[in-house]
Amino acid sequence: MTTKTTRVVVVGGGLIGTWTAFFLVKRGWDVVLIEKGVVGAQSSGVNFGNLRLQGRHPGQYPLSLRSQAIWEEIEGLIGDRCEFERTGHLYVAMNEAEQEKLEQHARVAEGHGLAIERIGRDELRRRWPWLGEGLQAATYSARDATANPRLVSLAVARAAQRLGAEIVEHTRVTEVRRNGVGFTVETDTGLVVDCNAVVNSAGAWALAIAEAFGETAPMFAAGPPQFVTEPIPYQVVPSVQAVDGSVIFRQIPRGNVIFAGYPRTAADPVLNRAPVPPNKTLSGMRNLVRIAPFLRSAQVIRVWSGIEGYLPDMLPVIGESETTPGLFHAFGFCGHGFQVGPGVGAVLADLIVDGRTDTPIAPFSISRFRNAVQVSDKLAHEFDAPAAPGGRAG
Amino acid sequence: MPDETKQTAHKGQFVRVVPRHGTKLRLTIDGAAVEAVEGDSLLAVLLLNGRVVRHLEFGGEPRAGFCLMGACQDCWVSLGNSERVRACTTLAADGMVLWTNPRKDNVDA
Amino acid sequence: MPDVVIVGGGPAGIRAASILVEAGLRPVLVNEAREVGGQGYRKPARSLALDINALMGSEAGKYQRLHSLFASLRERIDYRPGTLVWGIHEKTLHTLSDDVAGTIPYDALILATGATDRIMPLPGWTLPGVFTLGGAQVILKDQGCLIGSRIVFLGSSPLLFLAALQYRRSGASIAAVVDTTPFSAKRAAIRDLAASPRTLARGVMYRTALHMAGIPVLDGATPLGIDGKDHVEGVRVKDSRGRERLISCDAVAYGHGLKPETQLAELAGARFRFDPDFRLWLPETDLDGRAGADLYLAGDGAAIGGADAAEASGALAAHALLADMGRPQSETELVRLRRQVERLRRFQKGLAQAFAWPIAQAAALPDETIACRCEAVTVGEIRAAVQAPLGPREVNRVKAITRCGMGRCQGRFCGPALQEIVAGACEAPIAEAGRLRIQAPVKPIPLHAALELEP
Repeated sequence: MTTKTTRVVVVGGGLIGTWTAFFLVKRGWDVVLIEKGVVGAQSSGVNFGNLRLQGRHPGQYPLSLRSQAIWEEIEGLIGDRCEFERTGHLYVAMNEAEQEKLEQHARVAEGHGLAIERIGRDELRRRWPWLGEGLQAATYSARDATANPRLVSLAVARAAQRLGAEIVEHTRVTEVRRNGVGFTVETDTGLVVDCNAVVNSAGAWALAIAEAFGETAPMFAAGPPQFVTEPIPYQVVPSVQAVDGSVIFRQIPRGNVIFAGYPRTAADPVLNRAPVPPNKTLSGMRNLVRIAPFLRSAQVIRVWSGIEGYLPDMLPVIGESETTPGLFHAFGFCGHGFQVGPGVGAVLADLIVDGRTDTPIAPFSISRFRNAVQVSDKLAHEFDAPAAPGGRAG
Repeated sequence: MPDETKQTAHKGQFVRVVPRHGTKLRLTIDGAAVEAVEGDSLLAVLLLNGRVVRHLEFGGEPRAGFCLMGACQDCWVSLGNSERVRACTTLAADGMVLWTNPRKDNVDA
Repeated sequence: MPDVVIVGGGPAGIRAASILVEAGLRPVLVNEAREVGGQGYRKPARSLALDINALMGSEAGKYQRLHSLFASLRERIDYRPGTLVWGIHEKTLHTLSDDVAGTIPYDALILATGATDRIMPLPGWTLPGVFTLGGAQVILKDQGCLIGSRIVFLGSSPLLFLAALQYRRSGASIAAVVDTTPFSAKRAAIRDLAASPRTLARGVMYRTALHMAGIPVLDGATPLGIDGKDHVEGVRVKDSRGRERLISCDAVAYGHGLKPETQLAELAGARFRFDPDFRLWLPETDLDGRAGADLYLAGDGAAIGGADAAEASGALAAHALLADMGRPQSETELVRLRRQVERLRRFQKGLAQAFAWPIAQAAALPDETIACRCEAVTVGEIRAAVQAPLGPREVNRVKAITRCGMGRCQGRFCGPALQEIVAGACEAPIAEAGRLRIQAPVKPIPLHAALELEP
């Protein structure tokens, strides 16, 4: 048995955990990050890679914008660009009802200072001639970006490690318990860590820790299926997303076109599996051709998925525990964690180091689940039928 | 040193040692007319007439297939209309237009 | 009557079909190729004036028997040629035929998916003119072509001599046959090789015939690289006495034996174990080929055993399937087939030692050597990723970081070498490096294939 003492233990080496560890060590705090597998291997490493600002939940804008500012400086911060590119994001509507939805999203974004271009049918075809004929309108946000999720968590973990964070892989936290004003964290490898604060960023596996301290959230696990084509000549610069959620795609400069689409599929966090059923691949292919017919001859060469934690109002849990001072939760990012990840890390570092943050995070409190929570209308069409709250995350 | 005379004796990589009887087909490779016989794979047509099937998307180095049985995927050749086919498992057809270089495909598309 | 589907039209698939037909079933036989026979007994197109009996030599009788067996079954099975199975999910095969997607549901599945060459990267191995050893044989049978005007047969495989001899008989100019395994390894393997004396004798015969024809045969040579600017111009080797030699040629047939095509087995739910003799992850089966509920594996796709073992294991799998359906099978026949399969696969284990997978070559590869043909990932990039702080030590993570194995072939060709390079770079046992996982599609499928199939 090895016993260590540190100021903060971060549980979970995904994007949230690694960014939190990074900002804590940057502010001079000792951190031990404990990851059951290897850093960045779950949804943090296999998501779509979109840093989308358009169309976010209104309450998330301050956090999102803070996060984007960090993304824009990522190379200076961690010494690695992680293929960050300010590609822009095109939100497309097929009909007038969807166009109205775009307009609502645009007004919210503009209210937070984001520049949104309205694009009519003709201009759409002129500027992005590879788009399909059936599109009604679009909004374009130039500040939206993309990065390579396969690289980010590992690069951030390395940067944190260089600044003095201790990163412990292949170690599963088996128990977190109160120890005076602090905590004792036990693991399956015999490592025991005493600390002042615990960050619960264990993703789809985070409930066990919350429940040990008498609070919970109705989190369920799902896998967003994603697909990639063979490399073809590079021409699609922005991410393109149908506002009905049927498809989102982007092309990387190597030439591969990455695409994804709802509904998400059920995932098994116990077996750690999120297979992509072939029918999902076929419907993703159909939806992509509808919006981007120039891709009809491209070959799909690979698919993948990861395990993500979702909550019924499609908002994450971020903030200090309601029952236990010194315990901080950040989980259930509902597939939107990649963009806000750095911002969440910065906010948690604020909360832990300063005891407060200037970034509003009230909508993300775990206390909201004490009462009946409003179920997002996204739940019905973004998930396979049985995936919703029944398939509980572990 | 390589034996230059041996290599220039044939215009292509492959050497046909068994004749094929059948309908003559006309195709083009990078704009040049070539002949084939019904039953020839695109890979055979390409490598009986040259030494390249495609240029790698990353860096452009020449490739000419590898496994010859549909597994390695290193012989996807461009048909110029933004369509690509696996040359070793695709039979030649009259009038087919093959491009070994994706840049030409680009101009063409 | 249950829906029984066989995937693969080689000796294992055809024999399995024949047993099922004898039992009164009408199985579906899905074959990716247009003609049956698999790679070994591949049937040339009619338009090709090929003397297949001469080419098959001592195996001509078996070749003819297999094809007549299939001809007799043709009308009694549901035969689907030219059909790729690209995915398996919830007891349904997802197929692609003439670029149109389809499905075939099944109650029981026999996978007889065959093998491809196992390849160790080498400087210059992506040059035009380098082909797999198996591919060199296929192009001769399928297209009546030789892979070049002056050819080196290079690697460590019993097929090296057979292929060279077939080429020689077809009029090829052979620059050399370079066997990378030392002769001592063959002596050491003699106990397992004795399991099939006829095959052993044939191997010796091939070698002697090549020698008689005046073709240089190098034993225990170390390949240093394949030279050439835009195509192959020569092979550099260090011979068993340590002398460096440049063998001028314009084509190389290269291979290190065979490796099962296990992608569909994985999608159908088979589990895998590391086999230290072959240094490969192989699907787990019982003696009869059972790999899970209603899943049977046969032929080289289950374990390398050669064509005779493939036929016997195909029969075994079919008997096992019938027994599991509640139809008792002859115990005598089962025992006979099991013995045959076991003996032939043991022989292959001997071959795996006699023609060794060149582990030392992996360690010696210069950093700039390409490991992944599809994505042009170098050996040095893999080593650097593994050795970096928090570097991955497992191949799927290495793939995520480096792109090795992410391309069109899904790691079929770089996978075995990637395991060696990763294990070597972190000085861990090879089994700890793991194996690349697969998801459907196992081969590329065009987007428009989905259009015909409305949900």
